[in-house]
Amino acid sequence: MTIAEATTVIDGWEPVIGLEVHVELKTATKMFCGCRNEFGGAPNTHICPVCLGLPGSLPVLNRQAVEFAMRVGYALNLNIPERSVFHRKNYFYPDMPKDFQTSQYDEPITEDGWIDIEGVRIGIERAHLEEDTGKSTHVGTSGRIHGAEYSLIDYNRAGVPLLEIVSRPDIRSAAQARAYVAELRAVLFAIGVSDVKMEEGSMRVDANISVRPVGRERFGTRAEIKNMNSLRSLERAVDYEIRRQITELESGGTIVQETRHWNEDDGRTHSMRSKEGADDYRYFPEPDLVPVAPSLSWREEVAAQMPELPAQRRARLVERWGISADDADVLVAVAGLADYAESAVDAGADPVEVTKWVTGDLLGRANESGLSPAEWKVTPHYLTETLALVADGTLSRNLAKTVLDKVWESGDAPSVVVDREGMAQVSDSDELGGLVDALLAEHPDDVVRYREGDEKSQKKLLGFFMGQLMKQTRGQGNPGVLNQLLRDKLNGA
Amino acid sequence: MTDAITSKTAAELAGDFRDGTLSASEIVDAHLDRIEALNPELNAFLYIDADRARRRAADLDAVRAAGNEAGALAGVPIGLKDLLCTEGIPTTAGSKILKGWRPPYDATVVSRLEAQGAISLGKLNMDEFAMGSSNENSAYGSVKNPWDTSKVPGGSSGGSAAAVAAGMVPLALGSDTGGSIRQPAALCGVVGVKPTYGRVSRYGVIAFASSLDQIGPFGRTVADAAFMLEAIWGYDHFDSTSIEEPPTPVGSVLDDGVQGLRVGVISELANTEGLQPEVAAALQRSAGQLAAAGAIVDEVSVPSIEYGLSAYYLIAPAEASSNLARYDGIRYGLRVEGPDTAATNRLTRAAGFGDEVKRRIMLGTYALSAGYYDAFYGKAQQVRTLIIDDFARAYERFDVLLSPTSPTTAFGLGDKVDDPLAMYLSDVCTIATNLAGAPAMSVPVGKDAHGLPIGMQILAPALGERPMFQAGAALEAAASFNAAEKTGGAL
Ligand SMILES: [Zn+2]
Repeated sequence: MTIAEATTVIDGWEPVIGLEVHVELKTATKMFCGCRNEFGGAPNTHICPVCLGLPGSLPVLNRQAVEFAMRVGYALNLNIPERSVFHRKNYFYPDMPKDFQTSQYDEPITEDGWIDIEGVRIGIERAHLEEDTGKSTHVGTSGRIHGAEYSLIDYNRAGVPLLEIVSRPDIRSAAQARAYVAELRAVLFAIGVSDVKMEEGSMRVDANISVRPVGRERFGTRAEIKNMNSLRSLERAVDYEIRRQITELESGGTIVQETRHWNEDDGRTHSMRSKEGADDYRYFPEPDLVPVAPSLSWREEVAAQMPELPAQRRARLVERWGISADDADVLVAVAGLADYAESAVDAGADPVEVTKWVTGDLLGRANESGLSPAEWKVTPHYLTETLALVADGTLSRNLAKTVLDKVWESGDAPSVVVDREGMAQVSDSDELGGLVDALLAEHPDDVVRYREGDEKSQKKLLGFFMGQLMKQTRGQGNPGVLNQLLRDKLNGA
Repeated sequence: MTDAITSKTAAELAGDFRDGTLSASEIVDAHLDRIEALNPELNAFLYIDADRARRRAADLDAVRAAGNEAGALAGVPIGLKDLLCTEGIPTTAGSKILKGWRPPYDATVVSRLEAQGAISLGKLNMDEFAMGSSNENSAYGSVKNPWDTSKVPGGSSGGSAAAVAAGMVPLALGSDTGGSIRQPAALCGVVGVKPTYGRVSRYGVIAFASSLDQIGPFGRTVADAAFMLEAIWGYDHFDSTSIEEPPTPVGSVLDDGVQGLRVGVISELANTEGLQPEVAAALQRSAGQLAAAGAIVDEVSVPSIEYGLSAYYLIAPAEASSNLARYDGIRYGLRVEGPDTAATNRLTRAAGFGDEVKRRIMLGTYALSAGYYDAFYGKAQQVRTLIIDDFARAYERFDVLLSPTSPTTAFGLGDKVDDPLAMYLSDVCTIATNLAGAPAMSVPVGKDAHGLPIGMQILAPALGERPMFQAGAALEAAASFNAAEKTGGAL
């Protein structure tokens, strides 16, 4: 099923979904001060008067954050207006040091773009800059601020630049929602503006969901779903919420405009607080900042330095490497994977082989360990080296797998592993011929049975002999050579 | 001896230190003695930084003894309005909610003054968060006017004006959001300057209304005010609204006279409601003196100036409602513990803010609310544009404008505390300048029948500090206002 077909219509109801994606920009410093923008670190160590919102402090806009926003603008076909303005969004919350968030309102840094996902165009209303809040840890039974015994606040994250990307309500199913976020993630990673790790919170997705009878123009009442920490939980949550709303409406109930919390464990969304009458954030232009007006030359410079986007890259890999579209999808979808594969190919490995290993064996290990390709101990260079050992007959495919196992654990070079473990493949006909002779001598009955048997039992016996030989050579006997020797000797040569 | 030192101007003290006539320690001790004698009565200083000041003075004396350059303001004592952040030194903004808070950093203007050898003697009283025109909104008690201690010193920089007027320091910094430097300067008979918005860094200045706040100097002479202004102004990377273009010195124009300078007397303010007759007379006298000195003086109308007060009381509270949100009892300052976070916020703010601050937070919150924004905040911003346009038209014909600084001389303590509107009206002459982002200064030009000082305001277009100081110096020379009549008189 294609993404275009992946719309969900249940009993004549159609979902309408818009996504708000918050992305932490990986600038060197925070949005309005010189503190390092770094994930982790002991609580309250990357702080200063500005990001703590101390009395008298003033913000100074980070140029790199603006540049990253511009890059996103070019990648998502957004307009970059000549002037954009910061606004204050006023509300009280303890992890927000100034009790207002510096954000953007009616003059965002970018607006009105789109992204194509396998032929489906999802509109993007805007992508605007804002600052992140600190992080609260609520100690007590509920784990939320209500009913907590006390709360601890870490302001390291306060003032980290965020880009909020707001889609138009163009999404019609959970699968499309997932595909949209996956593509967005690939794009943002490719242009180097964010780590886009949903699990670590550097990419956070909220979904606005409503349902309406098919054919009706007007939207239904929507609920906002939060707390989805992976693509999978996004898809599950959206799917659950669509069905919940339809069930509610079909049983004569109504949908309440509210925020709902996705619970991964019970697989449901739960009402957080009613949002009857939108919150009044009393937006007004931030008087401590001047409007952002990127010069023409700056725009041109950023536009000229735009790297290849995932869609272009997929097309290029399919064409140049001769790999399948599905394989290209996987390479580009997993952050850093295509870079990894291209490094290996650049180092001399065969692209088809590289793709096979990377999307199969290596990705499997990566999924278990949670490591990104850049963190793998099997570097692109080591993969290339291993594949070369397969190509020159030093290693069988199975041995290569074993070697990569060891490299994955130790980080030693494949050649070192092969030498240390004595794993090189044995292809010498004399040496292997001796082994074959000895084996056949040990099993005279089986040899007779082979010679008199039909094709089926011959195949079975051949498998038995090969198994014994691989066992004796600890997997290092060259299977091709052994196979040939066996056949020759069994057939009475 | 002591009074002889404390009646000297900052320029004289800097000269005496430079040529060895006086040591920094002698200068500091004389001023600390005077503060000790007068502060119990005047309540101008909230925090007297005596030990640190004496240590700094000794250090500077050592620098000079070693034959090294100690800076343009070396040996000159100064006072700092208590909304300027000073590292490790209590900074309250005149509010209970910041009682005991010691900032971990210095405001840019404070570091600049210290780098040039100025010695801070402490922090000066003010209306809470700079909201007020009489200094009666301080959480730490009213400041008294040194000319008559039954009168207010004006506000919100009442402590700064009173300290300079009483000879406790020759120079002080204040902040001006709607007249908070100029009005108390007028009421206390000193010179006060509100520079062009963006000329002086606001980094480290506790905000009242960010788009209007500006730091400026108080001195007993126009020359001293220029001296201090030149020490603090200029671009600061840490304030995004700071003007990058370097300022042109003003100290050099003080003797230039006003020959050919075009001076417009603002007709709306020359006839404003509640204008004290002696102030109206002083305005005519000042205009005449400038004309006699060679200026071309005429009347000019700035029609929208009359809407300034209304626009100001929407814009300033709106910004304040947001700026003051952070005082929530979570991170610093007062904390009144409640059953949950929201209650802690509420109880802390209820206990920590005074009535005027609460009134303005409510005003501002209302003005920004959905459904009211366009009618209030939006409309006020349009008025602001009108005022800027009207001033621009006036400056096509004039180099500077002239008006009274305050419609009246110092009023009695307690006279207006129950009538906020009457209190707001005492800023009617000064507010439009802040809305326009332009500079203005107050110069003492005479006294009323009770011997209370009258200040005259000189306004200039944005970046027009030079003609403004030219006119200010000429007015000062013509008026021959005698500040010494009070010093040792009323006190
Ligand atoms: Zn910081």
